[in-house]
Amino acid sequence: MQQKRKLMLLGALETLPLVIAAFPFGIVFGAMAQTNGLSFAVTAGMSAIVFAGSSQFIALTLLASAAALPVIVMTVFIVNLRQMLYSANLMHHVEHWSQRWRAVLAFWLTDETFAAVTDRLNRHPGEPGLRWFYLGSALFMYGFWQISSVLGYLLGEQVPGLAHWGLDVAMVVAFVGIVVPALKVRADWGCAVTAFGCALFSYDWPYQSGLLFSAVLGIGVGLLLGRHREAGYV
Amino acid sequence: MYEWLLIALMALVTYLPRYLPMGLAGKVVLPPLLVRALDFVPIAVLTAIIAQVAMVHDGQLDFSLGNFHALAALAAFIAAVLTRQLFVTIAVGLVCFGLLRAGFGA
Repeated sequence: MQQKRKLMLLGALETLPLVIAAFPFGIVFGAMAQTNGLSFAVTAGMSAIVFAGSSQFIALTLLASAAALPVIVMTVFIVNLRQMLYSANLMHHVEHWSQRWRAVLAFWLTDETFAAVTDRLNRHPGEPGLRWFYLGSALFMYGFWQISSVLGYLLGEQVPGLAHWGLDVAMVVAFVGIVVPALKVRADWGCAVTAFGCALFSYDWPYQSGLLFSAVLGIGVGLLLGRHREAGYV
Repeated sequence: MYEWLLIALMALVTYLPRYLPMGLAGKVVLPPLLVRALDFVPIAVLTAIIAQVAMVHDGQLDFSLGNFHALAALAAFIAAVLTRQLFVTIAVGLVCFGLLRAGFGA
């Protein structure tokens, strides 16, 4: 029991910089929803039931432009293909989880929790209790996303300039700290450099399609350059 | 009503991509090439995110020395290469960002 709690705390701790980076976005989401005339219940409901930052922003933008329902849903689906890659990457590690655990934990699969879990797998390969670490990270992220979007809604137009504090730098440096130790062989570096360069080239593509494209290209270069890393395979 | 329908559909197209691969784990055998490709997902996606958050501000690429996000990321990168410690990397990046802001911030 104590071990589980410790793992949950570790998961939350490792996600802390990412939570800090996401907080202003939650505030901005809530404020934008309020300004766009969404009710409090719908705003809080979207954060609680959908729980996907980019998708929620895109839905707001499309709602404001009076886009048709199928267009919004389709766009949200495409944006979420990134999470599908995350889920596929984790397949090997969740094989022995019960379907109930998978169904619950998959709901909370975000960039942030995936990054934290990846780092855990990289540094402590094969250690048991991954799901508790994941759960701690996920609940922490989820809780603060709810708080921030509700807070943003209540503040509405009086939102402080939180979005301009540059707190998203915490996400950048945390991701750097997670990715760099994972770069073990030439193929990893090739993959990273390609994804980096391509993301700069495709930053203005709609609906974050540039991220997905850059990732796929990076993966392709990684495959070309070499055999797969052993590390993810324990 | 419309908005709740939207939320329900959004939830569906958000949850399914998150769940389906995990749910199928152990039940399907992926081709070896795909397994190798998926191995690169964390590096590829997280690096692409780093690139865009660090280098793009207000919808524009920013290669200037006034881009503190990028300078902090560079400091973090050096710290990560040297130490491989996550918390050291984060601390170096954040301190660097804070100092730049305090020293040269608008």
